[in-house]
Amino acid sequence: MKKRPTVGEILQAKGVSRRGFLKYCATTASILALPPSMIPRIAEAIENARRPSVIWLSFQECTGCTESLTRSASPTVEGLIFDAISLDYHHTLQAAAGDQAEAARHAAMKENDGNYLVLVDGSIPLGNPGFSTIAGISNVDMLKETVAGAAAVVAIGSCAAFGGIPGADPNPTGAVSVTDLVKDKPVINVPGCPPIPMVMTAVLTQFLTFGQLPALDKFGRPLAFYGQTIHDRCYRRPFYEQGKFAKTFDDEGAKAGWCLYKLGCKGPTTYNACATTKWNSGTSFPIEAGHPCLGCSEPNFWDDGGFYEPLSTGHFDSGEKLAGAAAAGVALGAVAAAAGRRRQAKFMKEG
Amino acid sequence: MTTPQEVQRPTSPFHGNVRPILNEVLHALDKLLGTNESTTIDLASLPFGPGELEHLEALLGKGELSAELDALGTSSIRETAYPGVWWLEHRNAFDEVVGRYLEITRTPEILSSQDADIVAGRAHLEDQFE
Repeated sequence: MKKRPTVGEILQAKGVSRRGFLKYCATTASILALPPSMIPRIAEAIENARRPSVIWLSFQECTGCTESLTRSASPTVEGLIFDAISLDYHHTLQAAAGDQAEAARHAAMKENDGNYLVLVDGSIPLGNPGFSTIAGISNVDMLKETVAGAAAVVAIGSCAAFGGIPGADPNPTGAVSVTDLVKDKPVINVPGCPPIPMVMTAVLTQFLTFGQLPALDKFGRPLAFYGQTIHDRCYRRPFYEQGKFAKTFDDEGAKAGWCLYKLGCKGPTTYNACATTKWNSGTSFPIEAGHPCLGCSEPNFWDDGGFYEPLSTGHFDSGEKLAGAAAAGVALGAVAAAAGRRRQAKFMKEG
Repeated sequence: MTTPQEVQRPTSPFHGNVRPILNEVLHALDKLLGTNESTTIDLASLPFGPGELEHLEALLGKGELSAELDALGTSSIRETAYPGVWWLEHRNAFDEVVGRYLEITRTPEILSSQDADIVAGRAHLEDQFE
């Protein structure tokens, strides 16, 4: 296998100073949700890391995940493609087409056998192979062929992770998730519709930095980003504690920015990092824009009750689960931050 | 259910998310004075409502010293009105904020000249004599 340059060598060749490199490491720690005390270790790891080859497969999807990724502020997708990873195959972003594109995929697989990452967005139809094909190859065949020599697979978006909208009732194409098909390789689920761009790049950066996969929850999601609920970290949480709720989208409570729980917010049962990482370079997230969380990073969110029905009407049998969740996470601010850091420390210990 | 007509920003920035950070800064200053140990608070990992981050920044104010770093985008490193408490903001090449930190330390590490840069700079200076 051709020896790829280390990231340290690439940055040095580009004339990036040590100060610039430390800055890069600080922002990397931040996107990996690691404590700043980890920065020296990150610096050492990144300096010696080699660019992994990445093959991105797009199946039954809307390209929203790629749209989201290309809006990742740090690292930029350009930086990610040219510096941090070697993106050897991606329908939308690559210049090659047809036979040349497929040749690039096969070359990357052969050259990096056992070491490359496969990223998948979109679910895989099993109802009829003809429902979705690329270069005449069915999605399921392409997935199996490509995954065979991979180090790991990352299922990007709720469609790849859980079946998503294509898999919603009545699931006309027989759509399944990556984990339904891939049993002999590590699979990381990065759900969301779409996922937060920083989370996608952070998972890749984690692999690049430490050469290992992050600690995962029971749904295969990285704990660093899916370890706490939206509700746990929501800036409107104090209003929930005070019993101040918006009851319609334009009442006084909505205008005052009160809790959206009664408008169907799924924040208490949704694990994701939107409340702190936010969107559009940290500008805002749905709740801050006045709309309840839809719970798009949870399995089967599309079929899991009405978006505007409060959780208490159908998702919690008697309100006990919610009461338990609230009691377990009453503390805010510094206490929540301390808990987050303990989780990060645990993550690093286990990772 | 009515169609949303307007969502106003809350008139008060006080959601209760700023005060715990001030407490953490206070404890970090005690640690700096007691054991000379620095603390970094990653503000991106904490929940802020609309206006709260600006409120925190205003509360901490501006001190005597500020610096600008130009490496992989600009960064501002500014001591707040509370000596030993520094506000750091990193931006990427597109001027988007990619990191925001409070450092409770005597001098942020990023301000120091780094050995690798000194070595490279020295070699470059030596070239001037040829």
